[in-house]
Amino acid sequence: MFGLTKKDIVGVLSKEGILFAFILFMIGFTIAEPRFLSMDNIFSVIRSSAIIGVMALGVTFVVISGNLDLSVGSMMSFSTIVVLDLHDVVGPLAAIPMMFAMTLALGGLIGFLVGYLRLNSLIVTLGMLSAIHGLTLTYSGGKNMDIADKDGTWFSIFGQGTALGIPIPILIFILLAAVLGIILAKTPFGRKVYAVGGNGTAATFSGIRRARTVFTCYLASAFCVATAGLIQASRSMGSQNTVGLGLELEVLAAVILGGASLMGGAGTVFKTVVGVLILGFIQNGLLFLGLDFYYQFVVTWIIIILAVWLDLAGKRGKILSPIA
Amino acid sequence: MDAGKLSKYLKTGAIWVFIVIELIFFSIAGEYLSLTDTAFMDVDNMLLLLKQSAPIGIIAMGMTIVMINGNIDLSVGATFAIAAVVLLDSMTWPIFAGLGDWVIPVAWGLALLSGVALGALNGLIVWKTGVDAFIVTLGAMLGFRGLVFMFNGENPTSHLNWTLVDFAEAQVLGLHTATWVLLVVTAIIWFIMNRTVHGRNAYAIGDNREAAINAGIKVGPHMMINFMIIGFLAALSAVVFYSESGSVNPNDGQLYELWIITAVVLGGTKLTGGSGSIIATLGGVIAIQLMRKGLGFIGADTSTVNLVLGSILIIVLFVDRQLNIKGKEELRV
Repeated sequence: MFGLTKKDIVGVLSKEGILFAFILFMIGFTIAEPRFLSMDNIFSVIRSSAIIGVMALGVTFVVISGNLDLSVGSMMSFSTIVVLDLHDVVGPLAAIPMMFAMTLALGGLIGFLVGYLRLNSLIVTLGMLSAIHGLTLTYSGGKNMDIADKDGTWFSIFGQGTALGIPIPILIFILLAAVLGIILAKTPFGRKVYAVGGNGTAATFSGIRRARTVFTCYLASAFCVATAGLIQASRSMGSQNTVGLGLELEVLAAVILGGASLMGGAGTVFKTVVGVLILGFIQNGLLFLGLDFYYQFVVTWIIIILAVWLDLAGKRGKILSPIA
Repeated sequence: MDAGKLSKYLKTGAIWVFIVIELIFFSIAGEYLSLTDTAFMDVDNMLLLLKQSAPIGIIAMGMTIVMINGNIDLSVGATFAIAAVVLLDSMTWPIFAGLGDWVIPVAWGLALLSGVALGALNGLIVWKTGVDAFIVTLGAMLGFRGLVFMFNGENPTSHLNWTLVDFAEAQVLGLHTATWVLLVVTAIIWFIMNRTVHGRNAYAIGDNREAAINAGIKVGPHMMINFMIIGFLAALSAVVFYSESGSVNPNDGQLYELWIITAVVLGGTKLTGGSGSIIATLGGVIAIQLMRKGLGFIGADTSTVNLVLGSILIIVLFVDRQLNIKGKEELRV
């Protein structure tokens, strides 16, 4: 029928499997609970996923270039705290660029260590996770940050405002995804990122400056983290020092779910967005079913492993691994 | 002694030199900055330090062999919490009510068994699916944590058994029970890695998996055994720690994996596998605990500890690479 062989079906499934799973999942939940697919609910899911989503966009660049970034959670705490503190000192207009500059400096430091000094990204960003957390605590003195005059500022627009009937965080997420998606898929820089992640040695020999590419990926990641911090700060108008604690793993889970390979060289921005939405809708769907929040942990566990397993199985044409 | 041997001794010795430097630094700095009158190098203080190193240290031994094997385990913190819940919860189960104090070994056995089972599950998935251990255990870290919450919701699980507390607080030859467990585990794991076929194969697999397969080594079972060992050790760590404290929060053990990996890397084990030393990991564990305690002793707060620890990890990585760079360049030519 339709001239499809079993191999074709397996090929399509392994390539776009995550999308099929997402659609099936949405249909299933909608049948169980019609309100699940209401506009209100969809908006609320995407809005609450926007912060994770924005960070996942940047991490996608880093992962495709063949590295890891475990520092995004603690870096986001840093941006949030800094922008909230500066808001009352220099005003929102100056606070935002200053916060972006400071976050980009941290990203640049990681990029320098991983790109130019060629240190292992897992350990560097693990170290930075701890170091930036310390930096944040030192900056804030361990206290919570709050904006003093919450009604007399336009700062809340990034987290709470709407334009054209769509919440601003969603617009930021869509806009950033579109821009970064085009950069990754359509520009020479994007191709360099894939080349460096796919085969770093080959990329170097074909004249690509590996170090600079990796460095730029970490800058992109830091930019996304700063944006996420801005949304978070503006949404809550006050924050603890640990607001981003553990988010790096959720972000990484979304990126992996989207099919980016940890070996580098594979993945797209669009698929990462799908990964983020899957996590968001699962969380929401399980709450709809009346299950406690921790059930999503178990479901995420199973889904991550199944997603990566099926992806691998499709590539090698065998369900089980050839490891003896 | 040839040059290769010398550089090997230098490398495994580096962590102990670092510990001595830390001791000297904190002793001198403590004279001026300390808030208390007691010296840092006080015997009781050092014994306490060893005891406090035990929970992280016991798991770090397992992490070392998993990393030598070329894998990583991010789920140990959650396994630790599950074992703790099983330990404390099972002592209150009605079916064990008639056992009296004999419930203790039963609870221990169940806790350790659950650790081994979770480790085996991770190992089996890594083996059979071929998914990278980083992803498998990242997922498991979330999933196991979910299981912990399913036991008792967000409430702590508590059960204090005084026989257990006495056991955990006992001191034999001056050392606490936890310290003894740490030392015995270190000795056993050292023996496994240096004197058995399993250990030698684990090194071979981590160094070059293809070559190991070609040499006829069964890669999968070795990886699974190592995951079972780390699961066992995570549970053992929980048994030692919670026998004394008697109460576990569902979030306990979070970020343990970060501390443990930091300790193992400080000890010189390579993330890429094939190289690492059990004794140096013990050094790494002690160095970290010394740093936390020392910084606290001279009045620094948590923020400084985090900052210093993160920086040291990166500096060690940099120095290690600079030391190794020469040999690699020769190889490339």
